[in-house]
This record gives sequence, C-alpha cells and structure tokens, in this order.
Amino acid sequence: MSAAPAYGEDKGGSAGPGEPEYGHDPASGGIFSSDYKRHDDLKEMLDTNKDSLKLEAMKRIVAMIARGKNASDLFPAVVKNVACKNIEVKKLVYVYLVRYAEEQQDLALLSISTFQRGLKDPNQLIRASALRVLSSIRVPIIVPIMMLAIKEAASDMSPYVRKTAAHAIPKLYSLDSDQKDQLIEVIEKLLADKTTLVAGSVVMAFEEVCPERIDLIHKNYRKLCNLLIDVEEWGQVVIISMLTRYARTQFLSPTQNESLLEENPEKAFYGSEEDEAKGPGSEEAATTALPARKPYVMDPDHRLLLRNTKPLLQSRSAAVVMAVAQLYFHLAPKAEVGVIAKALVRLLRSHSEVQYVVLQNVATMSIKRRGMFEPYLKSFYIRSTDPTQIKILKLEVLTNLASETNIPTVLREFQTYIRSMDKDFVAATIQAIGRCATNIGRVRDTCLNGLVQLLSNRDELVVAESVVVIKKLLQMQPAQHGEIIKHLAKLTDSIQVPMARASILWLIGEYCEHVPKIAPDVLRKMAKSFTAEEDIVKLQVINLAAKLYLTNSKQTKLLTQYVLSLAKYDQNYDIRDRARFTRQLIVPSEQGGALSRHAKKLFLAPKPAPVLESSFKDRDHFQLGSLSHLLNAKATGYQELPDWPEEAPDPSVRNVEVPEWTKCSNREKRKEKEKPFYSDSEGESGPTESADSGEISRAGDSVQGEVSRLGLSPICPISSSEQSEEEGGKRKMKKRKKVTEAQGDASSSDEGSDSSSSSSESERTSETEEEQVEPASWRKKTDKAGTGSLLAHFHTGPPPPLQLLSPGSGAGRQELLHRVAGEGLAVDYTFSRQPFSGDPHMVSVHIHFSNSSDTPIKGLHVGTPKLPAGISIQEFPEIESLAPGESTTAVMGINFCDSTQAANFQLCTQTRQFYVSIQPPVGELMAPVFMSENEFKKEQGKLTGMSEITEKLTLPDGCRSDHIVVQKVTTVANLGRVPCGASDEYRFAGRTLTSGSLVLLTLDARPTGAAQLTVNSEKMVIGTMLVKDVVQALTQ
Amino acid sequence: MIHSLFLINSSGDIFLEKHWKSVVSRSVCDYFFEAQERATEAENVPPVIPTPHHYLLSVYRHKIFFVAVIQTEVPPLFVIEFLHRVVDTFQDYFGVCSEPVIKDNVVVVYEVLEEMLDNGFPLATESNILKELIKPPTILRTVVNTITGMEKGETHRELPSWLPTGQLSSGALAKDWIDAIIDKSGSTITAEIQGVIDACVKLTGMPDLTLSFMNPRLLDDVSFHPCVRFKRWESERILSFIPPDGNFRLLSYHVSAQNLVAIPVYVKHNISFRDSSSLGRFEITVGPKQTMGKTIEGVIVTSQMPKGVLNMSLTPSQGTHTFDPVTKMLSWDVGKINPQKLPSLKGTMSLQAGASKPDENPTINLQFKIQQLAISGLKVNRLDMYGEKYKPFKGIKYMTKAGKFQVRT
Repeated sequence: MSAAPAYGEDKGGSAGPGEPEYGHDPASGGIFSSDYKRHDDLKEMLDTNKDSLKLEAMKRIVAMIARGKNASDLFPAVVKNVACKNIEVKKLVYVYLVRYAEEQQDLALLSISTFQRGLKDPNQLIRASALRVLSSIRVPIIVPIMMLAIKEAASDMSPYVRKTAAHAIPKLYSLDSDQKDQLIEVIEKLLADKTTLVAGSVVMAFEEVCPERIDLIHKNYRKLCNLLIDVEEWGQVVIISMLTRYARTQFLSPTQNESLLEENPEKAFYGSEEDEAKGPGSEEAATTALPARKPYVMDPDHRLLLRNTKPLLQSRSAAVVMAVAQLYFHLAPKAEVGVIAKALVRLLRSHSEVQYVVLQNVATMSIKRRGMFEPYLKSFYIRSTDPTQIKILKLEVLTNLASETNIPTVLREFQTYIRSMDKDFVAATIQAIGRCATNIGRVRDTCLNGLVQLLSNRDELVVAESVVVIKKLLQMQPAQHGEIIKHLAKLTDSIQVPMARASILWLIGEYCEHVPKIAPDVLRKMAKSFTAEEDIVKLQVINLAAKLYLTNSKQTKLLTQYVLSLAKYDQNYDIRDRARFTRQLIVPSEQGGALSRHAKKLFLAPKPAPVLESSFKDRDHFQLGSLSHLLNAKATGYQELPDWPEEAPDPSVRNVEVPEWTKCSNREKRKEKEKPFYSDSEGESGPTESADSGEISRAGDSVQGEVSRLGLSPICPISSSEQSEEEGGKRKMKKRKKVTEAQGDASSSDEGSDSSSSSSESERTSETEEEQVEPASWRKKTDKAGTGSLLAHFHTGPPPPLQLLSPGSGAGRQELLHRVAGEGLAVDYTFSRQPFSGDPHMVSVHIHFSNSSDTPIKGLHVGTPKLPAGISIQEFPEIESLAPGESTTAVMGINFCDSTQAANFQLCTQTRQFYVSIQPPVGELMAPVFMSENEFKKEQGKLTGMSEITEKLTLPDGCRSDHIVVQKVTTVANLGRVPCGASDEYRFAGRTLTSGSLVLLTLDARPTGAAQLTVNSEKMVIGTMLVKDVVQALTQ
Repeated sequence: MIHSLFLINSSGDIFLEKHWKSVVSRSVCDYFFEAQERATEAENVPPVIPTPHHYLLSVYRHKIFFVAVIQTEVPPLFVIEFLHRVVDTFQDYFGVCSEPVIKDNVVVVYEVLEEMLDNGFPLATESNILKELIKPPTILRTVVNTITGMEKGETHRELPSWLPTGQLSSGALAKDWIDAIIDKSGSTITAEIQGVIDACVKLTGMPDLTLSFMNPRLLDDVSFHPCVRFKRWESERILSFIPPDGNFRLLSYHVSAQNLVAIPVYVKHNISFRDSSSLGRFEITVGPKQTMGKTIEGVIVTSQMPKGVLNMSLTPSQGTHTFDPVTKMLSWDVGKINPQKLPSLKGTMSLQAGASKPDENPTINLQFKIQQLAISGLKVNRLDMYGEKYKPFKGIKYMTKAGKFQVRT
C-alpha cells in the first residue's frame, strides 16, 4: 500500500485529458496496439444480421467505455442498431448513445425518431426508457422535442413514466435554461401527483430548477408530509431537506416560546412593562416590546412535519436519518431535539465514511446542545483501530461534551489516549486537554499538572504540543502560575528535547516579572551551555537575554553581552543575525536611538492569549448534513437556510379543498340520526340542506379523485398485454390489497416494481386524501365546539353520543365521543374504504382520538363489546398514552354481517369507560368490484324479480352532469363504476363485504331530468336502503 | 447530483469509470491521488475532498476506492450511502466485490450502474429490482460463492447455506456484536451489544410475515428495512412486513444500555519492556467467561506492536501466529477455546538495541464467534405468514460475534 500513492500520482498525472494512453491497463492487454483493426471487426460484427454477434460487439464496446477508452469512432455503426429488435442489444446501444451523443450530435439525430415512437408504446416500461434515453441525449437541437415529450409523459397514467418525466426535467433544464418557465409548469403539475413514486423525483427537479418558488409547495405541503414515510429513501432525503427550508420560511420559531417563558416571571416580578421594553436590546426584549404578540402556538402544519418525519429516524439509510436529524435540529422546539441523539449515535456503528460525516455534524450540534449527547459519552470513546481522522473528530466531540460532572472520566480517558502510538492523535489529545482546562475552571490545575508531566515525554511532538498548550493556559492568567513557571525553569536541567527547552525559555522570558529571581539564574545556566545548544534554543536564549536586559539590566547586563558575543560568532547565520539585531535594539547607541527607545514595547508587548475554541463553533449557520457544512464553505448551489420569519405568513395557503369522500359523512350522519328510530320508514327531508353546501365546495377536486380511483381499470388491459412478469405484478397487487394495512404499507414503496406500484396507486391515493384532510377538518371541528358543548351539557351519563352531532357539519368525520362527554377525550371516526388487513369481511374504520384535556390519557382500548349476533370487531391495538393536545389515529375492523345494525362497544381509558356505537351507512357495507358491461348485464339478468328494486326520480338541474352524478353515487356507496356504452346510463357494481353478494346499481337518466334507479342484489334489505340513500343524494 | 464514478484500485489505477451527465475527465482524480498520498493509509483518505470545480466523495471497501464526482451541493451522506449501496449490490450480484470480479463482469457492472442512477439521481437501488432488469451472471456466481466463502463482516451470505434448497423457505439469522473496551486491569470501560437480523426469504406470492420477539423490550434502538411497518412496531412491538425476495437486512438493533453486557472472554496479558535489556517479555492467555455453556470459536488475536519491536519469538499453545516486522502487526489465529486447556502465546520480543523502552503498550484486538447464542438474550418468539396458503420452512439461527473488541494493556 505504501508504494501505491506514488505510482498513482504518476499515473493520474500522465493520464491527463486524453484517454488513449490507457492501453497500459493490464486487463485490456497488449492487443490495443492494433486499435484500428479491432474496431473494424467490431463494425463488421455490428453490420451482420446475427443478434449474437451484435451483442458480442456491443459488450466489447461497452467494456471499452467503462475502462475509459474512446469508442466514438464506432458511432455510425452503433447508431444503426438503435431500432434493433433484440432487447439486450438495444439496451447496450442506449448506453452507448447516452455516452457519445453529445460528441456526435448530427448522427445522434438519426436515432430520435425511434425514441419518439417508443414514447407512444403501450408498454409503460418502453415509454419510460424511451423518455429516459431521449432526455439523456444532450443535443440542444432536440430541446423542443424533449419539452413535448416531458409534458406528455407528465400526464401519463403510469406513475413510473411520470417519475421518468420528473427525472427528465433537470436534464432539460441543464441543457437549456430558457425552458425554465415551461418546466415550472410541469413541475407544478407533477407536484400535485399523489403517488409516492413520483414525489421524490419531482421534489428533486424542483430543487434543481426552481428552489426559490416556495409558493408551489403550499398546496402540496400536507400531502408531502403524509406521503413521506412511503417514499423511497433517496426521495425522502430530498423532500426532508426541502421541507426544512420551507418550514423556516412559513412557521414561527418554536424557541421563541422558551424566551417568552423565561421572560414572563420576570415581568410579573418587576411589574411595569415599559421598563422591560427598553431592556438590553436582545431578541427577547424585542418580543416583549410587541405587546400584541400572542403566546407561541405551534402551527399544526409545523407539528405535522415533525410528527411525520420522526419515524424515519428508524430508517436503515444513514442519509435519511441525518436528514431527519438536521430537520429536528433546525425546526423542533428545544425539548424535542433530544430524540435525534440516539439515532445519530447508531450511525456511528456504520462505515467509517458515514462516521466521518456524522461526527462532523455531532461536533457542531454538541456545541449548541451539549445535554443531548451527554448520555452517549461513552459511544465516542476512541479505539486504537479507528482511523486517525475519526479519532480526531471523536476527540472534538468528547471535548465539547466535557462538563464539570464528567470531566474526571473524560480526563482519565484522555490519559490513555496520550500513550497511543498515533502521534497526530496524541497531539490532538493534548490540545483537547488544553481546551477542557480553559472551559472548566475546576480542572485547570489538574490539567496543567498533567501537561507539565508530559513535558518529560520522549516524543518531541508530545512535548512541543504540551508546551504550546501550557503556554496558552499560562497566558490566560500568568500571575497565578508563578509556581508552574518555576517548575518549568527547573526542568531546563533535565529536558533535552530542544523544542521543549526553547518553549520554556520563551515562557520565562515572557513572564520574567513573575519569577524575578529564577530568570537570571536560568540565563546564567543557558549562557554556560550556549555553544552546545540546538539552534532554536539558542534563539530563545537570545530572546530571554534581551527581555531580561530590558527589565532587570542590573543583574543581567553582563550575561546578556556575553550571550550576544557568543552568538555573534555562531555558525548559524540566523543566530548571528538575531544577535546583531538584538544588540542594536537594546543596547543604546548613537544611531539607533529611535528604535531602542521602544525596545521594551517591541519585546514585551502584551501578547494576546490564544483563543482555544472548537473549529466547529458557529458552523450551524450552514444547514447541517449539507456538503457546505462539512467543508465549512459555501458549496456551489447551496441553498441558504432562511431565518425564521418575524410574523408567520398566512397558514391558509396550505389548505386544500376538502377532498371527495368526506361528504359521505353528511349522509352517514343523517342516517345515523334517523336509523335507530325510523329504521324502515321513508326518508325525511329535514337535514338535507347541510349536505348541499359541502358538496358544491369540493366538486372540482372530486373529479380528479374519481378518475384516479377508477384509474385502475384503464391500466389493467394494457398491462395484461405486457410480459408475463407484469402479470405477476398485478396478481401480487391484488393480493396485496387484501393485506394492506391502512397506514403502513411501507413495503410497496420498497417493492417498487413498476406494475405493482402503478396499480396500487389507486388505493394509495384514497389513503392520502384521507390523511390530508386531517388538519383542516380538525380545525373546523374545534370552531364548532361551542355549539357542540352546549348540547352536551344536557346529557349526563353515557349518552348515545351520535345524537350530539350538529347537523351542519361538513367535515368528513363523525363523532363517536364528544370531548365534553369524554372528559377531554374526543373521538371521531371515518370509513376509510380500504380493505381491512387480516379480515376481508371487515369494514375498516379509522378512529381519530384527540386529547383536549390537560393530562395525558392512558391505556385507550376497546372493552367488552356487546354485539348483536354475527357482528364482530377487530379491536385496535391499545394506545398506551395520549399526551395533552396530541391526536392519533387507530384502525379497527368491524364485520357488520351485511346489516346496518350498530356495533356497540366500550371505549376504555385507564380511569373511565365510555359506551359508544358505530352504525354504518348501508353504502359502506360493500366494496367495489370491477367488471365489464357484458358481465354486468349477465349478472343483472340473474338478479331479477324480488332482487330488483326500482325507483323513479327527477334529477335537479345542478345534478345532471356526468361527474356529479358519478361522484354523488360513489359518495353514498362504496361501489365501482362499470364502463358503459350509452351516454346517459350509469352502472356501478360492488359486493357486500360479509357474504360477497353482488350489488349492481343502474341509473338511467334522461336529458329532461327524469331518471330511473335500479338496484339488483339478493340482499333485498340492502338493496332497498341503498335505493333510498342514492335517491336522496341525487335529488337534493 | 452524482456526476461520475471512478473505481480506483490500491495501486492507483482507474479501472472503471461511469458518467451520468457530461463526461468529467479522469484527471480530476489527481486531487484524489494527492490526498491519498498525504493520508499514507487508505482509511485516512478524507471521504470528502474539495477541488476547484468538483467535490470528490469516496468510500473505501474491498481494497477499492469508489470515488464519486459531484458538482453542486448535495448531502454528503446521500452520496456515501449510495456508494455503499453500489458495493452491496455488486456483492449481491457477484458474490464478492473485488477488482478482478468487476473487470470480468464489466458490462453487467456498467449496466447496473446505468440503472441505479438517472441523471445522477438514484433510480433503482434495490437489488431484487435490479436483478429483474439486469440478470446476474448465474454460473459464475455459484462458482464464486462456493470458492470464496464469506468475508469478514459480510453477513448476508452466511444464510442460504443452511436453508433447504428448492423449497419455499424463510430464514433469519440474529446476530449480536459485542463492542467493548476493556482496560488494563480487566474491568470494562464500555461495552455494548448491537445486532442485526438478516433474512433470507424465498416465498412465492405475496406473503405477509410477522415476526415477534419474546423480549422486545431489550431493543433500545432499531432501524428497519423499508418493508417493515413502523406503526405495528410502535404499537405492538411486532415486525410486520411483506418481504422482498432474497437476502436483506430486516432489522438492526442496539440493546439498551441498562442491561449489563456479559463479556464472554477474558485476556490475561503480561507485556513488559525493560529499560536495560533489549528483550521484552510477552505473554497472552485467552479464556472463556460467561459463555452460557457454548464454545467460543474463530478466535483471532491481533495487536499492533510498538515501532521499537524488531522481532518476536513466540510459541503458541495452539493455533498459528505471524508477526510482520515491517508493519509490526502480530496476529494469532487461535481457533476454538478449550476451557480445560487455555490457549496461550508466550515468548520474547527483541527490541532495537540501545533505544529506550517504548512508553506505550500495545492494545489487543479480539475476534471471536459463538454459534447458537445471542448474548443479548434476544429471542424470536414466532414467525407467522398470512396471505398465502402453503406452509413454508421457517428457521432462525443465533450467533454472537466480536465487534470492536479491544483490550488495553
């Protein structure tokens, strides 16, 4: 290994810009002398019709490229094969093209049409790879073609293709930055994408093209937060660091809170506010000076970000963990930053390169937040096998962590380090001891004594370093350390290391006033041995003599003259020079008067004490985890981390329109009200007005949701025509649907195989939407709390809580337990319409708990359900504790046994029990199935007579357009749309969850508004109720 | 993001290069060579080297430097993590990651790299997905696997050997590593246990697995493969996941610090230099301690001797030893520890004549392995499969190894 660098140097040096020299590579052998010939046979092979020969030729060419050999002269021969049928050959041709197209632009254009054709291919993989290669060819002429292709791909139905489009954006931007505006439009569009596959890539594009357009993020902020955990690791890193910047511009500093808290008691104590305002002009004073400032409350979106990134501390990827750590460091309230320490310490057990980066960041953090890492002190202990650069960083952290309490252990540890064989490390340890000594007054003397002992070390480096550190320590308060200087003076007899002798002499000279008796004596001894000393010592002897002459000329005049005379005839010209210069300066003479008057100032000027501080101090103005932070210099393209704003910008910009299915709640709620009392009677008209308002507001958004929910069906026929692999993927997807758990389907992002992720998109979409609503609807709920609580006062005991619902609610949740009735515990539920993992017969119900009391609620669980026959419940896992102000969501499954009977159960906390009941609207008892029109008709034919229920109705004007009808029906019932030939006929199909009976719904709407609704199902009760509900929804 | 990648061997040859954007001349590596020369040892080459127009980020594994060239700000760990992922992928593809293997499979390597990044941003980095896109060289792979066996610190490949072949099976290997620093007198300065659970899953369809522990409270800090559902872990302390095919690291854990770490071995040492004579005494004995009745195997003792030591004449009671007079590295391959007859290594060290005695004592590094024991006490309770009908073979193995186990003298 030791010989390697020299050889490498040479090699690298001569390699220069040209490659051909690389024929020396032993692997490629001597054959390369006949380069031309060889290329000829490659050309021949490429021109044949045999795929095997072509493949062989391409492999050899790619091998050449990989070794850095120039293969550009083969371009025409290779590019001919771009349309080759053989997929292996094609792949390698693509590889070649991407590498050389830039150099041979004209010829590269020949291949473009092939890719344009590929962009239209029914196979998503081919579309994606065509776009990928097309966008990688760096030929400016094709910019418009690329732009077009990207725009098209951005609305492709395959998320994999959309991802590729996102990747292509920065490529095009680097080729032609004039396209920026158009590209931003595409980015904006892709940012709205709801798939995890796209999210990471598009944020990457955003960061490269338009990081300043923070306004594009607003609408997508909550979605990104919610998707984050399912995005692939690389995307997570990019998204997190972007969101860190975003949060810094949009939210208020959480530490403000603390400064206010500190201030408040003081204010109360001194009374008058005016005094306070003109207090020392710190930030705190400024905050109090604004009497209007409200006490700090964290924006729920800020909280959302912190909450959703926290689980990622458990990621296997060091980059993700670091990204979350920096997010917490920059954004979290002081009390919460601590959680990152453990994860960072975990990274220290990883590869040494990872350690290197992490330790740099820990070093910076540990200056600001020492307490955070103190419990992990021992994890930073140094092993002899650590590389030196790691040792030195660990030492830095240990020094930062040293405090009054742990200093004895730290110093003991340092003592072992001093005996290490790695001398650079020993030197660094001595420096570290010096820093501990300056920071912690209590151990200064111990450290000094330890260092003094080190002066007798045989290693020059150790001694030199010790003396330097002692010197620094003494310079801080020389007066108190006369003793040590005396001790050092004594050492001159024994210490032989010249550097150490020199340093001691400097010290005595500098502080000769503190040792007035000893100093002349030392000079006397040194004068005696002057000729035998090393050069550096001689120089310091002259210095010492000069200083003594200036302060104590009576005793030392002769000695000084003697030393100077000796020096005058020294062999070394530096010494002779110094002697002459000193003599001129200190010994008054006729000419040199002007200077010698100031000799004392020159020699004995007070020298500033060197500052011993960490080189990592103040590095945190760079975003942690960034390259710039590591280098402590701004890297190209670094995005400055903005300061917190004084006033929070409008938080409502992040609100998104209430997504589609939330309104189904209106209906459910209403039904909830009626059902227990009028279970079979005709619908009443009372609560209808509430539903209207909600419906209109989200009309726009719901269309999109509708499409993506149904998006599954258009994809299927295509992918089934693809290779068998893809079919496998589809099959997988179906199975997965059953097992998918509501929140944590992390595996699918990992699987990432194109087809499965594309098809699982639909379910993912709905999931996201649901989560997205959370913060917004939550706020609404609290607004309404006033009316709710009034009502609640009249109910004592365990009320049937559903009755409490105010009919005007437009939010997507239904109340299970009001916060007043629940003594601070508010519980809502939604039907998520996702398959319940574990049991496909169960309806999955999302239960949202929030604690509005001021004590934590512990041990939330379901207690002894009292269930009608057939109904069963899969309880949610016990929630151990819910802190005040926190909210959480759990999923439970209920098998309603195809009836609308309520599931009654107890909700228990450690102290209380609440009786609650969930009653499903009939539309939630089914799950969509997808079938063709023919199948639909066939099945419908089997379900006639008793199983068919028909109802005539008139559609109001507002409800005649296609998407409104479709959306109203799917809101009421969890059915899937069946493609249909006729324009004014709508068909939907589903199966009941428990028995799996088909439910078929047909709506025949005339342009006049008259319509006929037919439901076919062997479950007649369900059919009847469904008809009633749908008619009600449509006629409102 | 990542512009280019250069693979450099220990003698300073660039034997592979790949560019994801415009070509960066390989002369940029000169800066790397400079740093390499300054660092004297390979592991001391700074992982991040700024140059006037680029930044070089490198990792050093298997005696190969993987040097990534970047041009703009990017989190350094992002790049470093990616480079390690590249090495892991190569290992998964070829069984070992070494210069000759990469050279022999240069086309596959190049194609894999092409798929892993698009325009410098990671595209497909999971090896099971990559393998669907680019087939690994099958014949070679099996040959290499049988010949080379496993390398130190490499974990995945230990698994399949004991799983039944040609059967639907899932196996897990729970492995504890003890990191410890023991001081001169034999007392423990710091000791901690970390571990991993590596899984090898060969199941068809969409199996949904859950793995539960007898004592999940032991685990203080964990990190998961992305397939694990974090929510389930949080609420129930159960690992629930749909596994990818093949080998993967399911879980890494750290055992909480409150639990006292049982140290399974002790080292008695007597290393002394005398001022007057040029001979020093050297004696080491290794013995078992708290092994729960299991045998300690694969014991290797290494120690970096001080520069002043010219040579050593030692006799081991078992195993073989070597001393390299140039690097001053002593290595003693002990093998199994027989509690009845403790292995020892005794002899003398010859020191440089006239030089005074070295003032530092060497530290002793220990490697060992204990089969069928997880020293942390971690126990897997059960592994269940949902979502598929068939009954797979299920197996779990435990193992304890020395991580960074160091005895100061």
